[in-house]
Amino acid sequence: MGGRAYVLGKVFQAFLTLVLILIFNFFLFRIIPADPVKLLVRSSGHNMTEAQQDRLRHDLGLDLPVFPGQFIAYLKDTSRLNLGQSLFVSPGESVSSVFFRNLWPTLLLVGTSTIASTALGIWMGIYGGWRRGGFGDVSFMGSSLVLYAIPEFVLGILFLLLFGTALGWFPTGGFQSATGDYTGLAHVTDVLNHMFLPWLTLTLAYVGEFYLIMRSSLLDVLGEDYITLARAKGLREKVVLNKHAVRNALLPTVTLIALSFAFVLGGAITVETVFSYPGVGYLELEAIRSKDFPLLEGLFLFFAAAVIVANLVADLLYGYLDPRVRTA
Amino acid sequence: MARTKAAAAAAEQEILGGSLDAKDLDPKNPRKIRRARRRQAMGRFWKQYRRSAMGMLGLVILIFFIGMALFAIFFANPAATDPTLTKGPVLAPPSRAYPLGTDDTGISVLSLVIAGSKTSLLVGLAATVISMTVGAFIGIVAGYRAGLTDVSLMRVTDMFLVIPWLALAIVLASIFGQSLFIIICIIGFTSWPGTARLVRAQVLSVKEHQYVERGRGLGASDWYVVTRHVLPNVMPVILANTILTVAIAILSESALSFLGLGDPFNITWGTIIEFAFEAGATSIGAWWWLLAPSMCIVLVVLGFTLCGFAFDEIINPRLRER
Repeated sequence: MGGRAYVLGKVFQAFLTLVLILIFNFFLFRIIPADPVKLLVRSSGHNMTEAQQDRLRHDLGLDLPVFPGQFIAYLKDTSRLNLGQSLFVSPGESVSSVFFRNLWPTLLLVGTSTIASTALGIWMGIYGGWRRGGFGDVSFMGSSLVLYAIPEFVLGILFLLLFGTALGWFPTGGFQSATGDYTGLAHVTDVLNHMFLPWLTLTLAYVGEFYLIMRSSLLDVLGEDYITLARAKGLREKVVLNKHAVRNALLPTVTLIALSFAFVLGGAITVETVFSYPGVGYLELEAIRSKDFPLLEGLFLFFAAAVIVANLVADLLYGYLDPRVRTA
Repeated sequence: MARTKAAAAAAEQEILGGSLDAKDLDPKNPRKIRRARRRQAMGRFWKQYRRSAMGMLGLVILIFFIGMALFAIFFANPAATDPTLTKGPVLAPPSRAYPLGTDDTGISVLSLVIAGSKTSLLVGLAATVISMTVGAFIGIVAGYRAGLTDVSLMRVTDMFLVIPWLALAIVLASIFGQSLFIIICIIGFTSWPGTARLVRAQVLSVKEHQYVERGRGLGASDWYVVTRHVLPNVMPVILANTILTVAIAILSESALSFLGLGDPFNITWGTIIEFAFEAGATSIGAWWWLLAPSMCIVLVVLGFTLCGFAFDEIINPRLRER
């Protein structure tokens, strides 16, 4: 049983990647030419004497040498999720609290759209791979290629123009109506109504990729000897497909879909921008606009950590589902 | 390894590439023979490529846009996209005088799109060159050296693979500024990990071939083995990957520009969309201003992807029977 070693190895790898990213992140933000104290003074709008600025520099630990003094302080702070304060987007508020305030809308949006595009992509992949070259397969293939070529924000803008501005079926932005006086079920409908267009955009943007992954995985499996054996045994085609082929084809698909999570997060940034949907993606845009470096740094760390965790979960799931991987 | 006679004959045919014209078979002039073989290989490739309808469609699209970019470089009038010099109607929908309408300063959207083709393609190609060079170098070193070099290089590659690239690119663009050169470097230096993994896998299999071992046995240096044996064998994989990477680089540039991180002094399709979006083109319903640059991005990316798939199908025999 290599089970425990496999899990420990994967957890260690994820941890190592996280440490590498922490180091990378630390040095990246030390090469910014701007003096953080000067930035802080500018954002607070107060005038400070040189002596006061030096005091602040000392309080923030900026008079220590970059390495190892500042680096150790940085690791300590980061492990406590203390990522400093936002400078301009929400002056004075801690980066973590700004992040978590904006996290829920994004989790709702990205979570539900990822589930939808995964389920739809896998279903299409099974259908297309099984009847390869058929009408369904060819039209899925064509639309997947086109959807792949459309950047997420362009798709969003097209939907916004068509269903938002021209037809007026859906609101053009925000999380809920500005008046915000809905309660109970009406409130839920209002939120879902606002979420629909960004949700549709994200779902369609990734369904093509998941379709291609599932289709090629299924085609790989269908060429295996045990499928021929299953057919030779006289099993019905449906049983061959569902019990033998699809189950094995799903395995690599799980990992590949988790790997694409990094891109889905990127897509969330631009799509939330298009629909001014107040999640972490929109927060990132505000941070870019105002050059709020502590916030940018924190968001980057949160995004990287999310992707590492997603990959770890996929690896562990893969190991759980497929014992061959554990012992390899 | 036991091989059937037919397979061996087919392999020989593949290596020798059929017979050459007698006039090219001049034993005193090996260079001429090599050129003739290369020409023949290209001809064979083109014959296979021509059979792919998707590949041909992609090629036609790309030729169209390369023509547009060349037109922009040599013939386009810079005054046509200068807001201080244009006297067109503001925000006019498509008409006979302005086939794609005008923007909020009276510039023809057609002029904007043509001017944008030049920079968008340039960024895509230049970033791809960086990405391919870095990816191929790391892949070859890791695969050829093996051992600790391999492990540490792959660890770094995996790290770059899991970093959400847009978040990283945003951070880099915010720190280093927004010139065209920086944008190209950012896209190039964040998109190589996939290539590195692919090249490494290919190198690992090429390395086991007997001619590589024989070459080393005869005292060939690492440099000689890599440039003469490994690189030519890995090249098709790199090329197919290059075509697909151009598509990704163009998509990346448009996303960065849309977020306002593009070079404000150079028109690209991404910056046209950003300007239009910021000016509220979606709420006033100025669809023509957004639609034309969007279509250009979609078509170019589609063109590169179709060509890349067709290319991949030829060099990757495993895909052929699908």
